[in-house]
Amino acid sequence: MNMSEHTQQNEHKTEGTPLLDDPRMSTRGVDVFYGDKQAIFNVDLDIGKNQVLAMIGPSGCGKSTFLRCLNRMNDTIDICKVTGSISLDGEDIYDRKIDVVELRARVGMVFQKPNPFPKSIYENVAYGPRIHGLVDHKVDLDEIVEKSLVRCGLWKEVRDRLDQPATGLSGGQQQRLCIARAIAINPEVVLMDEPCSALDPIATATVEELISELSERFTISIVTHSMQQAARVSQRTAYFHLGKLIEVGDTDQIFTNPTHQLTEEYITGRIG
Amino acid sequence: MTTDVDKHNLEKRRAHIKKRYKAERRFRSFGIAAVSFGLLCVVILFTDIIGKGMGAFRQTYVQMEMTFDANTLGITDANDQAQVKGANFGGLVKKNLRDAYPQYKTRKDKKALYGIVSSEIGLILRDDLLANPEKLGTTETIWLLADDDIDMHYKYALGTDKQVGRISELQKNIVDELHAAGKVEKRFNRLFFTNAASREPELAGIKGALMGSFLTLIVTLILSFPIGIATAIYLEEFAPKNKITDFIEVNINNLAAVPSIIFGLLGLAIFINFFGVPRSVPLVGGLVLALMTLPTIIISSRAAIKAVPPSIREAAYGMGASKMQTVTHHVLPLAMPGMLTGTIIGMAQALGETAPLLMIGMVAFIVDVPSSITDSATVLPVQIFLWADSPERAFIERTSAAIMVLLAFLIVMNSFAVWLRKKLERRW
Ligand SMILES: Nc1ncnc2c1ncn2[C@@H]1O[C@H](COP(=O)(O)OP(=O)(O)OP(=O)(O)O)[C@@H](O)[C@H]1O
Ligand SMILES: [Mg+2]
Repeated sequence: MNMSEHTQQNEHKTEGTPLLDDPRMSTRGVDVFYGDKQAIFNVDLDIGKNQVLAMIGPSGCGKSTFLRCLNRMNDTIDICKVTGSISLDGEDIYDRKIDVVELRARVGMVFQKPNPFPKSIYENVAYGPRIHGLVDHKVDLDEIVEKSLVRCGLWKEVRDRLDQPATGLSGGQQQRLCIARAIAINPEVVLMDEPCSALDPIATATVEELISELSERFTISIVTHSMQQAARVSQRTAYFHLGKLIEVGDTDQIFTNPTHQLTEEYITGRIG
Repeated sequence: MTTDVDKHNLEKRRAHIKKRYKAERRFRSFGIAAVSFGLLCVVILFTDIIGKGMGAFRQTYVQMEMTFDANTLGITDANDQAQVKGANFGGLVKKNLRDAYPQYKTRKDKKALYGIVSSEIGLILRDDLLANPEKLGTTETIWLLADDDIDMHYKYALGTDKQVGRISELQKNIVDELHAAGKVEKRFNRLFFTNAASREPELAGIKGALMGSFLTLIVTLILSFPIGIATAIYLEEFAPKNKITDFIEVNINNLAAVPSIIFGLLGLAIFINFFGVPRSVPLVGGLVLALMTLPTIIISSRAAIKAVPPSIREAAYGMGASKMQTVTHHVLPLAMPGMLTGTIIGMAQALGETAPLLMIGMVAFIVDVPSSITDSATVLPVQIFLWADSPERAFIERTSAAIMVLLAFLIVMNSFAVWLRKKLERRW
């Protein structure tokens, strides 16, 4: 990268209120590179306790990339390099002392594409509690599985076929199963990458209810392409554009009175 | 309303579709032709081998009156094992033959007469008497294993002028007489499956080679399966992607293409000369074949691991699974069918391998059936090679029969691979 480009990027400033007083997670000066290509530029952002933060922006702007930094999923991509600092409850999650396995148990993730394990429905939900040793008895495990599936509105549909392959479910059912799998281990922060893109309006409503319910106890960050959804479920909204965090603010304010011109163009439908 | 442009496009499209179908048909007929040609070759090969080898599964026996004469045997007590073991059974057989055909008096005729039955028949009679001592002094009508030349004549030239094998006119007459009296018949050749190699074709069997192959393959499997799979997993999932792993990858791919005889030389230099492992034993054969099959197993296992969708790994990591858990819980079960298929194909390759085993001395003539991996042994393909090289007419039959046995094993192994893959894959 040449010098002038670099200074130009550092000049960029996020509009609105990216920083909070008592954040759950916070990122400072985060850059992400895929090989030589930079995907995220110098992002400072706080995610508040028991809040839902919505991330919006045109396709390819780096929402998924940024989200994946928050539980170090980008570690699994060889060419991906993350710099800057990201902390959970004031602890740097990229610190050597941090055990990434434990971090991912605390910061759960639902992926953009449904990715159930090619095992039974039951095994999918039971997997997390099993590997983290959360239960000692089968009855407890059964209870966790049932509760998680109920909360995702999937229980009624799958109660008779828990031992059937999860890959036999429809796309929307698979996505709800993945949400159930993620919340079965009670993560403190849940990252959701377009969780409703494959869902019908009814299932979407269920998931949105779940998000509201979860936010009473957990911190949630959700990527969405639906402005209505962002408006319905989130307290704060962040707008990304070409790898830069353009504007952050209270959801009401972003949708009614955006500061930055790009944000306004996006939410009024002129970009994206 | 259709415009001229629409019409023009329609015609063009139709012409194009015709061309596409034509190309498809052409490709299909090429395919069918290629497959048919291949099948034809296989059928010709199989009919040739089966036609030549079937005979070896039946063996000629002749009926004789046999008196267990204590004097001729030179023993007094049949219950005394040492005595029976040292007894002159060769003389006994000759005496009984002379008594049965007193008209042949000259040395040459008598020699031909003795050549009717297998030269090792005395050993068979000895075992008989050892098992049934009360037979001493009695006369029995028993079926004796015929000599290989008699066997060949009886199977392929009886009643014709054809000369098959080294059989004299006198012997031909005797066989004709016996045949007319119903005193000669073909029976299932049990010895072929229970004996090891022998200089006498009528006594030669494949049990020694089969056991040798079995022991060798066990060693190969025990070494190459875990090492191959562990290597593949390490290279795919754990090893850092850098110049060194690239170098290793190139080398593994290279090894898969190295002629197998080189592995034999390697085994000779390292295992036998350097580590002092004995020659000709299944242990060293298995070591060499393990080296040879490793690249096959590693390459197919790596391909199987690569084929596991990355989203599954991501899901596991996202749940907080460690690398090892991700591999053992998700990657391995999904990659297992491919790994097993690769392993079985490697094993089938090893079963049919000859050249490297010649280098490490598994070509020796071994009369005992090996019972452990440190007994001298030979293997099926080497046995085939040895028999194919033998001058006796009867060994031609046995060569083909041994090939049939080898092919049967290969077919079983490969069908097993297909079955296993289907079974494991169908889980979801
Ligand atoms: N594994 C990867 N290797 C290389 N480049 C990548 C990789 N993943 C993402 N990128 C690049 O990073 C940029 C941001 O991608 P990202 O997936 O974060 O976008 P997004 O905002 O989630 O888009 P969408 O809304 O379509 O999901 C894109 O330019 C993309 O090409
Ligand atoms: Mg995305």
